[in-house]
Amino acid sequence: MGPAAPNSPPADRRRPPTEKVTTMREAIAAYVHDGDTVCLEGFTHLIPTAAGHEIIRQRRKDLKVVRMTADIVVDQMLAAGCVTKLVSSFVGNSSAGSLGELRRRIEKGEPEPLEFEEYSHYGMVGRYLAGAQRLPFYPLRSYGGSDLPSVNPAIRKVMSPYMAEGEQPEALYVVPPVHPDVTIVHAQRADRLGNTQVWGLTGVQAEAVFAARRAVVVVEEVVPDEVVRSDPNRTVIPAHAVDAVVVCPWGAHPSFAQGYYDRDNDFYRAWSQISADPGRLRSWIDEWIHGTRDHADYVAKLGAELRSRLAVGEALSLPVNYGRRR
Amino acid sequence: MTVVPDRTVTQDVTSSELLSVIASRELVGRHTVFAGIGLPTLAASLAHLTVAPGLEIVYESGVCGAHPSHLPETIADSVLITDAEAVLSIPALFGYVLQGGHIDVGFLGAAQIDRWGNLNSSVVGDWHRPKVRLPGSGGAMEVMANSREVFVVMRRHEQRSFPAALDFCTSPGPDRARADGIRPRGAGVTRVITDLGILAREGLGEELRLVAVHPGITVDQVRSATGWDLQVADTVDTVEPPTADELRLLREDVDPRRVYLR
Repeated sequence: MGPAAPNSPPADRRRPPTEKVTTMREAIAAYVHDGDTVCLEGFTHLIPTAAGHEIIRQRRKDLKVVRMTADIVVDQMLAAGCVTKLVSSFVGNSSAGSLGELRRRIEKGEPEPLEFEEYSHYGMVGRYLAGAQRLPFYPLRSYGGSDLPSVNPAIRKVMSPYMAEGEQPEALYVVPPVHPDVTIVHAQRADRLGNTQVWGLTGVQAEAVFAARRAVVVVEEVVPDEVVRSDPNRTVIPAHAVDAVVVCPWGAHPSFAQGYYDRDNDFYRAWSQISADPGRLRSWIDEWIHGTRDHADYVAKLGAELRSRLAVGEALSLPVNYGRRR
Repeated sequence: MTVVPDRTVTQDVTSSELLSVIASRELVGRHTVFAGIGLPTLAASLAHLTVAPGLEIVYESGVCGAHPSHLPETIADSVLITDAEAVLSIPALFGYVLQGGHIDVGFLGAAQIDRWGNLNSSVVGDWHRPKVRLPGSGGAMEVMANSREVFVVMRRHEQRSFPAALDFCTSPGPDRARADGIRPRGAGVTRVITDLGILAREGLGEELRLVAVHPGITVDQVRSATGWDLQVADTVDTVEPPTADELRLLREDVDPRRVYLR
């Protein structure tokens, strides 16, 4: 085997099976450095909020954040001064309103400008797909006639080398790969080696993990190996793509974890007001992030009443028979 | 209940109810609709109970064939997943379902729409230092490029949202795609449902034209609320106001807790 390509993932994940379970504090300290390109994925479901909060607690600087739906956790990281560049395809507070800090930084350059590299959703997906597969670009059928390529020179046009007989050569837009220094995702559960199982909306987590040089998976719970092996199709990220596993119950709040807790819609609505006022926003960050030791402390502060309100009932899937050779 | 002043005849119908009902009727004969939360969900859910019983709503989050126990509050509401027929990854949803050509009607909103049905959902003002930074494309550009046709619901028909020129083109219709050397696929915007009436176009090379007005609205009112010289159909129909049945289904079955029917 020749030398690894510059964008190859590190080979040392393929060490003999070892436990990768660590704490959030250690994972962020080890895998997120000032100036890094950090991808946080989770498409409205399983948003890695707790990881974003720990990045804020450890006061990381000059990060380039890659995330399709830049929402509350990105607004918080912007307000905490962690981020100089954003790569995204949607910059809004879900359907609940605006991101105050993001708008101030883009509209007024206050307190400092934010570099923004803008795509559409499928453009971002294409960047992860190209990144995960170490391809030089990914072609799409959108972007023709859009003004986005005029403000984002990374979106380019190529001619297809193939054409059906009698057809004219076809032009297509392409997007470049993205190779985050680290991708952080949240999931329902993993085993101690990092085999990660997700159900409900699986989003773009696997592609984002494979595109990155390092990956941290934050989970609601670590389960015994045999639980994962009883349903291997539910594993969306295999252990060899994962560097660290962090156990962090309620780590996706205010988003949700299917089967664990529901979305805190009141918080989404409240965020538009909190973030509209820079002073109130900074007080919120001081109280809820710097004022808590870790996510367990944050969850305790949320209170039992809120956790009970967001609790969900049971809707169990029926088991399937994988069969066992006799 | 908010009463819509002057712009509708039926004093006890809200603008959300009016737009949802009108949009639902346009879904007759369609099979798959790509819908966001809010008015599109209301319209598609009502159509499912009225003109398009076989209609499947596909959500951007990856859910196909949802059977929600409650009205979803977001495109990713957990009630859309529980009991759904399929939940796909984002690459599968955008790549296979949308770009693969499986969507009949995509519903989009926008801050601005022009005479060709091109949409702006990115910025008011200049992109580099906007007066207002809006959320951006999300999946709108892909919905526009890949759906057979696109319906747009605009709550306020006025010149600033129907300008002669967009501040920024986020989601281009087929005419702009072709001018850029890209082979267009879908028809682009074929219906625009507003609080004044309905605009329509068939596809490539056609401008939007006024085909219907709400009762009490004149053609001149619509033309003066539009930022370009609006084409008008030879015969402009009057929209039939929401029927008692449509309103009852909408209020009692689709959105009984009035999550969106404000």
